[in-house]
Amino acid sequence: MDKTFNNGDGILQFENVTKRFPGVLALDSVSFDVLKGEVHALVGENGAGKSTLIKIVTGVYQKTSGSILFQGKLIDYQNPHEALRNGIAAIYQELNLIPALTVAENIFMGHHIRNERGFIDWKKMREEAQKLIDFLEVDVEIDAKVGTLGVAKKQVVEIAKALSLNAQILIMDEPTAALAKKEIETLFRIIKFLKSKGVTIIYISHHLDEIFAISDRVTVLRDGKHVATNNTATLTIDDLIKMMVGRKLVEQFPHMDHQVKDEVLRVENLKRKGVLHNINFSLKKGQIVGIAGMVGSGRTELLRAIYGLDPLDGGKIFVKGDEVNIQSPYDAINLGIALLPEERKTQGLVLLLSVTDNIGLPSLTKISNRGFIDDTKLNHITSEMVQMMNIKTPSFHQKTMFLSGGNQQKVVLGKWFARECDIYLFDEPTRGIDVGAKIEIYHLMNKLIERGAAILMVSSELPEILGMSDQILVMKEGKITGTLTRQNANQEEVLKLAIGGGHLNGRSD
Amino acid sequence: MDALTEDKNQGLVERFFIFWDKIGILLVFIVVCVIFGILNPVFFNPLNIINVIRQVSIIGVMAVGMTLVILLGLIDLSVGSIVAFAGIVAAGFQVKWGGSFFLSLVIPLLVGAGIGFFNGYVSTKGGIHPFIVTLGSMSIFRGATLLIAQGKPISGMSPAFRFIGAGMIGPIPFPVILFLGCVIIFGIMLRRTVFGRYIYAIGGNQEAALLSGIMVDRVKILTYTILGTLSGLSALILTSRLNSGELVAGQGYELDVIASVVIGGTSMMGGEGGVYGTLIGALLIGVISNGLNLLGVQPYWQMMVKGTIIILAVLMDRMKRRFRTV
Repeated sequence: MDKTFNNGDGILQFENVTKRFPGVLALDSVSFDVLKGEVHALVGENGAGKSTLIKIVTGVYQKTSGSILFQGKLIDYQNPHEALRNGIAAIYQELNLIPALTVAENIFMGHHIRNERGFIDWKKMREEAQKLIDFLEVDVEIDAKVGTLGVAKKQVVEIAKALSLNAQILIMDEPTAALAKKEIETLFRIIKFLKSKGVTIIYISHHLDEIFAISDRVTVLRDGKHVATNNTATLTIDDLIKMMVGRKLVEQFPHMDHQVKDEVLRVENLKRKGVLHNINFSLKKGQIVGIAGMVGSGRTELLRAIYGLDPLDGGKIFVKGDEVNIQSPYDAINLGIALLPEERKTQGLVLLLSVTDNIGLPSLTKISNRGFIDDTKLNHITSEMVQMMNIKTPSFHQKTMFLSGGNQQKVVLGKWFARECDIYLFDEPTRGIDVGAKIEIYHLMNKLIERGAAILMVSSELPEILGMSDQILVMKEGKITGTLTRQNANQEEVLKLAIGGGHLNGRSD
Repeated sequence: MDALTEDKNQGLVERFFIFWDKIGILLVFIVVCVIFGILNPVFFNPLNIINVIRQVSIIGVMAVGMTLVILLGLIDLSVGSIVAFAGIVAAGFQVKWGGSFFLSLVIPLLVGAGIGFFNGYVSTKGGIHPFIVTLGSMSIFRGATLLIAQGKPISGMSPAFRFIGAGMIGPIPFPVILFLGCVIIFGIMLRRTVFGRYIYAIGGNQEAALLSGIMVDRVKILTYTILGTLSGLSALILTSRLNSGELVAGQGYELDVIASVVIGGTSMMGGEGGVYGTLIGALLIGVISNGLNLLGVQPYWQMMVKGTIIILAVLMDRMKRRFRTV
């Protein structure tokens, strides 16, 4: 759209910034300017490239090509420390503070004030810390241990730390994720104050209402590309969502309509303090139910709770009509529930073990006799799965660490296929694998359904959710904000439920 | 065919480490034996060879159990104290408390199992690092040994009991049979049973193992219990051989036990290795002591050599890992 703001005040200018990871183009020739003293919001779906862009600015990643100008000078920081020293500070969701040390010491961590003999000048450091805290007009005790502070105050410490280094640009990545309403107000007051002092803020958030409350301009990224940079005031939430979604859904999803049969899983009023609030839904044999929502909306936590990984604070789970008490994955599996986790390398596979060992792992008790594994059966299962999943491996004894991402994911799939469960919980089943392998995985999901299973699928890729699900649950802040059927779901509808401001909520069944 | 090409593209260095992974330590063992044999032909005398194996049996039995614990990525420092405590209990039942021969065999094994269970239970359920828990047990049971014995060793075992440590079956000492028996039994256990596979899975990736429905805590507790029991067995061998329950028995054994496992190629990170490597590791330590003794080298040197070998073994393991992750 328009790029009319190139009026020379750009403190940070992106020109054709491109970042390529193996197999993925994370940023594709992104160009836009951030003006001095503005609050510049950065929005986009999960995986649009926001985080990658920020990590390049702060030196966590290095760009593949293009250029970035900071105050008119080309920059190419090699690490966050270098960026910080030059005046670009970032505050991430996971705060980088040392809990056992005081506020004052954390503020000056890495650049302690020293006296002429090289010892730390505690008096001066405390004075300076107090000045910064006073400057921000917040109530934080500088001698308190950071570990004793709440998230909001920790954030203030991070901001003070950035200011102590004379940060010109302050990047905030989802700063309100863990804040209460009142704390958000305080944060916004600080942001406005910093802006009045000429500090430039880059603000990333999934919460579009916040974008409208605090930002001057907003840049939309989608699939690694720059879509638009506009004055926030000229836009509506619907405009923003349209720009974020953009693309048309391509028909790459081999969705099949199956006869939906008996209920296999029902969840009633599931609660986990601060994470899940009164979750209700049911899953039927032959059905794929997709769970959409932003990162941190409680999707993964819901799967974990059902699978017995995190304790519940309330609610009931029914499997095939019977109320069950699932204390561990062991219990879940015995009830016919399988979880294919988000991170295949750290959660799905034992990389040191072979294809055979990984595929057999959940089934060993079924194919053993008085504790001894029946190797014939194990090999039989493995060869069946390797064929069915089309796993490319030089031998069954190959350690899984040497397989490609897609093949690793197929091993994870194979191991649960072999276990023959009734309910499959998929968490990001196709993350980080190429399109060809993705489609194969969709076909395998269909095969599971044909075999009489039911699938609950969490995915950050909306097209995947829309393309494969019979029913879609949308989550936001630990609640189900809407249930859509395959027929009446579209990207904008889902996004509204997942991120929309208060006035857009209300379409739940 | 990514996987195929990746496999073929390995450079010389990587090939070396893969080769090393398979038989490296065996090669070192053979070379060391040949050198000692050339320097002093007595080394290859069958009596000497049997003597070496007998000497390492006590450490070796424990090292088999320690292999399982280290495969899980865990550690146990209390094995030496278990030996002393179970040993004094064995001697007590033999000499003082008028226990039967049967009780003097079974109770020390149960005592070892109990301490192992304690280590496993407290570290998993209490969420305390096993280094700390077993450091505590190490002190507790050394103290308990002194307490029970009231500061004096308990001597004078029955001939039947003495057979465990000093008896021979044909030309082979009974402890050697116990040691090799443990290696074979646990070798088969690791390779062929569900429990064995679970140990590798947990050591390789605890979270993936948990998500696969393995009761991780239970496997860990059972493994510590096995090590405790095997330490009890070592206590029987030692007490029988010395004909006495000694107060300082087993002191410092944990180092030799852990060294045998590590030199044998089992990774301290868990998930890789096995008892056959440990067999070689234990023998290598024994051979070096024996060989240097035969050459008349001061024992102080032996300690230094042993320490150096441990560090080299771990260094090789690290290098192996580094070259593999590319």
